[in-house]
Amino acid sequence: MATTANAIQTSATVDPRAEPAVQMLGVNKWYGEFHVLRDINLNVRRGERIVICGPSGSGKSTMIRCINRLEEHQQGRIIVDGTELTNDLKRIDEVRREVGMVFQHFNLFPHLTILENCTLAPIWVKKMPKKDAEEVAMKYLTRVKIPEQANKYPGQLSGGQQQRVAIARSLCMSPKIMLFDEPTSALDPEMVKEVLDTMVGLAEEGMTMLCVTHEMGFARQVADRVIFMDAGQIVEMNTPDAFFKNPQHERTKLFLSQILH
Amino acid sequence: MSSSVETPVFIQTKSHEALPPPNLARGPIAWMRENLFPSIPNTILTLVVFYLLYVAIPPLVKFLFIDAVWTGTDRDACRAETAGHPVGACWAFVWDKINYFIYGSYPITERWRVDVWFVLLAIGVVWLLWLKAPRRDVGAVYFFIVFPVLSFILLLGSDWVGLDHVPTGLWGGILVTLIVATVGIVFSLPFGILLALGRRSRLPIIRMASVIFIEFVRGVPLITVLIMANTMLPLFLPGDITIDRLARPLVGVALFASAYMAEVVRGGLQAMPKGQYEGAMSLGLKYWQMMVFIILPQALRIVIPGIVNTFIGLFKDTSLVAIVGIFDLVKTIEASRIDPSWSAPTIGYTGYAFAAFFYFIFCWGMSRYSLGVERRLAAGQNR
Repeated sequence: MATTANAIQTSATVDPRAEPAVQMLGVNKWYGEFHVLRDINLNVRRGERIVICGPSGSGKSTMIRCINRLEEHQQGRIIVDGTELTNDLKRIDEVRREVGMVFQHFNLFPHLTILENCTLAPIWVKKMPKKDAEEVAMKYLTRVKIPEQANKYPGQLSGGQQQRVAIARSLCMSPKIMLFDEPTSALDPEMVKEVLDTMVGLAEEGMTMLCVTHEMGFARQVADRVIFMDAGQIVEMNTPDAFFKNPQHERTKLFLSQILH
Repeated sequence: MSSSVETPVFIQTKSHEALPPPNLARGPIAWMRENLFPSIPNTILTLVVFYLLYVAIPPLVKFLFIDAVWTGTDRDACRAETAGHPVGACWAFVWDKINYFIYGSYPITERWRVDVWFVLLAIGVVWLLWLKAPRRDVGAVYFFIVFPVLSFILLLGSDWVGLDHVPTGLWGGILVTLIVATVGIVFSLPFGILLALGRRSRLPIIRMASVIFIEFVRGVPLITVLIMANTMLPLFLPGDITIDRLARPLVGVALFASAYMAEVVRGGLQAMPKGQYEGAMSLGLKYWQMMVFIILPQALRIVIPGIVNTFIGLFKDTSLVAIVGIFDLVKTIEASRIDPSWSAPTIGYTGYAFAAFFYFIFCWGMSRYSLGVERRLAAGQNR
């Protein structure tokens, strides 16, 4: 842990041009008695792409869900885009406006059309005129390559299409940071690629991204850093090259041997 | 086991065209075999039901239609000894009293106001319930804001527009039944939603208040609520304020229905997947935006059967306001039944048959409407 903390320290001093997009300092969280996040320290620079992997129950999802306060942390500090997350509802709203999130099960609103799914938040949260919101929505729907589905309901789309809509829906709020919580885990194998392609495109445009995923190909292709978590701790953090070729920690080696055949 | 069995082909060498299914049984005989007599227990049930229908239907038809008296001016028409034939339902009685059943003691010269009110009510209901009606937002404003004000002026009267004052003590019959039901239905849904949200609130005081209210009201019979509203409410208020005699049970019914509605809505809220809340929150929607745009539209849709069930129960419960001396439809029938000029053996049955018919039409209508809405919504979007 000490070495990783040092690594953060140096990267922060090396790159003083801007404050980090996300800062987690000594974050701890419990579910009742269960200590789910243990002393998490993480600095994410603007434009950085981070892939988080680890066995199930290791706290990966909980960690990124703390970043937009879907989960509350109990100790330590989380600073997102200069705003520290506290119980202050105004700050939470502020952070959620800047942070987009894509879920494993899409969480589209089934009673609204694809277009309405995409325009609802811009209209009500950003107070954007309806016409502008629709224009923006169509722009992003075109980018995820499903503009022709705009007037359908989520239930009429395939899983891959729904997940791309979910990405477009987040992008419509023009977030500075995107969180992905296992975005391809609930998809049929044939549909994983279309979603990953969308995410790669996003990464190439310089979006700050934190992705919980087991798609190691994606990690190799776009990640600046790969984080490995186990039992609520960040066990290893390295560039994808070093991470895959030369894992340091025993737990990481075991994990990689299980998933890379 | 014999070696002469041909080796089955496991791998298709060419793709198969879609074929029609094997012959389906059609026609009345096949239908009956499939639906009425598919097995021995079902056959027994079918025969028992047929027997019960045979026992019940002919006397009912005989009483309601064949032996019924359709015209007449007083009891002589409906007494077997004076009419000279067996007498079933005495519809002449209902026809003679129909104005009383509809308006109660509302002054005869002013009854056009009630007719206008019925029309205004029908416009509001159709505007809101007809899903393809134009400008349903205006319809909602009309029904929830304009209509109540108009009703007040129209029915109660106002010097300002030159309508004579008609005290609520004179109102009665279907007019009162519909007023109580409408007020109950219109208030119970929004209050019920607020109570349900309150019960799930993270703020302890709001949650406690909601739970206490809901559990208290649900733990008490409607009759008790009505009697309390009627006799105890004035005790709590300063002496110079009197609440109208009709308004008291209106408040009681509305509160009672709200508590039940709250539990129905809570069921819908609990059925919502957590992901919907998270999806809405992650987009930065505030609590009320999330509830109004995302959660409630879906939660209420899930519990349409429960909501309509509560409405139907409420509609029938309105007859209990008779306990506190309000002349609703049932009470007007009760009062007419003992009118000496219509004293005949079947008068009571006929009056109640009329009430049953009236309640059935409304409750069945609500039930059918909700089925239609459910079907339409299900067709629109399936998850």
